[in-house]
Amino acid sequence: METVLEVRNLVKDFGGHRALSGVNFVLSRREFLGIIGPNGAGKTTLLNCLLGLITPTKGEIRFFGLELEKHQVYILSRINFASNYVGLPLSLTVFENLVVYGLLYGVSEIKARAERLLKLFGLWEMRNQKTRHLSSGQMMRLCLAKALMNDPEVLLLDEPTAGLDPEIAERVRKLIKAYQREKGLAVIFTSHNLHEMEELSDRVILLNKGQILAEGPPQELCRRFGAKNLEEAFFKALDLWEAENVEG
Amino acid sequence: MLRAKRILGVVARQVFLYRRSFSRILDLFYWPTMDILLWGFLTLYLERGTLHLPRFVSFFLGALILWHILYRSQIAVSVSFLEDIWSRNLLNLMVAPLTLTEYMLGLITVSLIKVSLAFTIMASLAGLFYGFNIFKLGVSLIPFVVNLLALGWAIGFVTIGFIFRFGQEAEILAWALAFVFLPLSAVFYPLSVLPPIIRDLAWFTPSAHVFEGMRAVIENGTIPLRHLIWATGLNLAYLSFGAWFMRRQYEYAREKGTIPKIGE
Repeated sequence: METVLEVRNLVKDFGGHRALSGVNFVLSRREFLGIIGPNGAGKTTLLNCLLGLITPTKGEIRFFGLELEKHQVYILSRINFASNYVGLPLSLTVFENLVVYGLLYGVSEIKARAERLLKLFGLWEMRNQKTRHLSSGQMMRLCLAKALMNDPEVLLLDEPTAGLDPEIAERVRKLIKAYQREKGLAVIFTSHNLHEMEELSDRVILLNKGQILAEGPPQELCRRFGAKNLEEAFFKALDLWEAENVEG
Repeated sequence: MLRAKRILGVVARQVFLYRRSFSRILDLFYWPTMDILLWGFLTLYLERGTLHLPRFVSFFLGALILWHILYRSQIAVSVSFLEDIWSRNLLNLMVAPLTLTEYMLGLITVSLIKVSLAFTIMASLAGLFYGFNIFKLGVSLIPFVVNLLALGWAIGFVTIGFIFRFGQEAEILAWALAFVFLPLSAVFYPLSVLPPIIRDLAWFTPSAHVFEGMRAVIENGTIPLRHLIWATGLNLAYLSFGAWFMRRQYEYAREKGTIPKIGE
């Protein structure tokens, strides 16, 4: 399958602290890649590097075969991002927010695109309401709609279900997965929820202290670590890594 | 390549915001109105009172209106940026396919809209209450205004640069930095009253040449070309520095990984 993202030997140092330590992976079109790891594992730093928000100390990031540092604007026009920790202007209406991002991403037929996405995400009735009146679940759905305004080929999602109640989180997961399958887009998804990771991901990367501990499809990881589920596999991988590093 | 649509996106975000926010619209008109009323009546009193200061209303109100152009253009640029920090929207903006130049041009356009509104209300009130017509400055008004706008944009870009560097703690500069230029600009008094050292410093402040020029036009009707050339030359340097400084601090923040933390 066609590779849309290649990360080679990615290193990020913050002063004396190494946040990412030689990270390598690729992402294929239509692939749903989950990144899991404890707090401070480097998940958000990795996403921020992929978005060009943080300059890597070393290594290479290539989207669609092009180097991110040299073709940032072009690449950003073909990818998008949503996070539960990043908001949208609360004083603008739901519709206006999508119009603004439609313009910023150079989308043609902005109104039609916004209308389609708002209907898809069940927000059409609220289009003229100020964004501040949305619940957290509705806000996340609006952030996702924003992230799909440019019909991206790669979607980066930073803990999109964090802080949502289980029912709404499930709805958001279904929407993401259905859209991903329908459009065939590649998704990178970070989460603390290993159950949701197992449900959604074609492949998972286990990250700890800026290093990839293991990667592969959830079932394969479970088999490799003799675990019943991804959560158990994750903890076994962590234990193994710690044992090796303590011994080393 | 610059894209007009993306610049329009930056402008639309602010226009939508102001269209729906009574407090922001009020802020746009409140201070210009209060300033023109308060200082206008005071100057009337001084001109007609025992001090008998000829053309004092013209000098003072002309200076006040032009000072607001500088201050409002600066604050429009920096507050537009702060609006995205306050609404936790900065990251969405920073990962949009928007070049820093397009973003700066968007902020400049927003400031032009805001300054036009403030200028209209101040010029109208000055005419209505004190019979002062700012347009009596004639064609010289255009280079004066352009120079003050440019200095305001430069200060705004430097403010944004400081916010990239030091985070939201630096936001106070959005309201304070322009006032560093107030005494040096000789807004309400001639350059000649300044002590020699400060006068030398003022000579390198573009706005000082604008206000000195304005007084010359009111006093004898001639456009002081020397001051205009100085102001324009200095502003080219200030604006280039402001844009460079903002870009440099943005790159520094990317290097240090602090952009996602701004506003946290």
